[in-house]
Amino acid sequence: MIDLKSLMQPHRIVMMLVFVGFAVWCAYALRWDWLPKYAPLALYGIWTTLWLLVVTVVLGFLLAVPLGLMQAVGPWYLATPAKVFCTIIRGTPLLLQLWLLYYGLGSLFPQFPWIRSSELWPYLRQAWPYAVLALMLSYAGYEGEVMRGAFKGVAKGQLEAARSFGMPRFTMFRRIWLPQALRNVLPTLGGETILQMKATPLVATITVVDIYAVSSRVRSDTFIIYEPLILLAVFYILVAGLIALGFHWLEVQVLGTGRRTQ
Amino acid sequence: MDTAKAVANSDEASLNQEAIKVEDLHKSFGQLEVLKGVSLTACKGDVVAIIGGSGSGKSTMLRCINFLETPSSGKITIGGELVEMHADGSPSNRRQIERIRTRLAMVFQQFNLWTHRSLLENVIEVPVHVLKVPKSQAIVRAHELLERVGLGDKADTYPAYLSGGQQQRAAIARALAVDPSVMLFDEPTSALDPELVGEVLTVIRDLAAEGRTMLLVTHEMKFAREVANHVVYLYEGRIEEQGPPAEVFGNPKSDRLKQFLSSVA
Repeated sequence: MIDLKSLMQPHRIVMMLVFVGFAVWCAYALRWDWLPKYAPLALYGIWTTLWLLVVTVVLGFLLAVPLGLMQAVGPWYLATPAKVFCTIIRGTPLLLQLWLLYYGLGSLFPQFPWIRSSELWPYLRQAWPYAVLALMLSYAGYEGEVMRGAFKGVAKGQLEAARSFGMPRFTMFRRIWLPQALRNVLPTLGGETILQMKATPLVATITVVDIYAVSSRVRSDTFIIYEPLILLAVFYILVAGLIALGFHWLEVQVLGTGRRTQ
Repeated sequence: MDTAKAVANSDEASLNQEAIKVEDLHKSFGQLEVLKGVSLTACKGDVVAIIGGSGSGKSTMLRCINFLETPSSGKITIGGELVEMHADGSPSNRRQIERIRTRLAMVFQQFNLWTHRSLLENVIEVPVHVLKVPKSQAIVRAHELLERVGLGDKADTYPAYLSGGQQQRAAIARALAVDPSVMLFDEPTSALDPELVGEVLTVIRDLAAEGRTMLLVTHEMKFAREVANHVVYLYEGRIEEQGPPAEVFGNPKSDRLKQFLSSVA
């Protein structure tokens, strides 16, 4: 992918030296003695951030497919609610949605005795279900709009060919429509997933301990400000890079040679 | 019935030999009435060429036969089976129409090969996922069909890497893979560069020679005259004239047909 020769350009060498210099300076000039103490908590935070991201992206996307389909070809009584949902989600801050769910629903539920006595209560009194719900709905709202365009963007003749051979509707959706729609928006979805990653720190505001919450804890406990933030930035950049690589791999695998359009 | 048909073996033209029967077909798009009562019968082994100017309704008629367009009214019988329709002309039995469509293979003007699949995958798609033929069997057959249309070495190629003529030949292979009782050709050469038309016509000519039942909407008059055993001339949504090609092309009776033939010659 990246060959050594293209890296060995003078301006790139200078940039790399600057970066190495910065890393060395960070290692020697800054304080890292707090690390061993907080390492277990940081690992827990990393784990929380990652599973929140994966779970909400997967669930949100599963919701986005029907949302997109309803808007693209659904009858008005399905298209309108889907459109309203996507508009509200995309038109309001995620922080607001998160707080409405956590402080709104979260304070509404305890008023009903049957909820308090239900099997679900041990979960509903925690913060993470509200974090999952808010992030999932947010991803679904944005991707629902993306999928609407993706479904509409598939050439009519492709579906007509399937229909003309008597392909049942669900088979057509599974074999022709969805694969072609996905192929059109895979690069967009990669970018949106990175945006979703960058939205996860908001859950720290409702007491979920993700990696961002851990860095805040370190700051308030030790009054060390920059070191945890620098590490936090490195973590997010690494994850963003992994997401980008993952989607690039998917594009090559899925799109392959068929990508060229007519 | 005003659709006297010239059939090679007209003595045996019994009811069950009628592959396609269209009766009094009407189709409107909003205010515009495109088909104003068309009736047509094609028997097994017939090659029916449908000609006419643009906007005469020939493609619409073909597309109504497999219900890609919903007729406004009329009766359509495929292989002796009457298609169940609502009062508004839409098919009322989705399973029936899906089943009937598997017997009618369509070849489109724009080829419409599935761009995300290789030629081989295009050809086995319907046999495997609609007709439930075992995959290994479908693959063997697909290779034979691709070989037959001269694309034996392109099985793993994607449609975008092929010329229009090659794509259309692959589309014909895809249509043959379902072993259709009738093939519907919707202007199969109209989107092709002139030098690519010949290779597609050669394939269609072979199919006609082996006795396939075909409905062919075309602008290639010489070709229609050569392969068809019945020619239908549509003018503004009605059948203006029809008959054996020698009659229709050699001795046209209607002035409109004369004018049409002289304008395309």
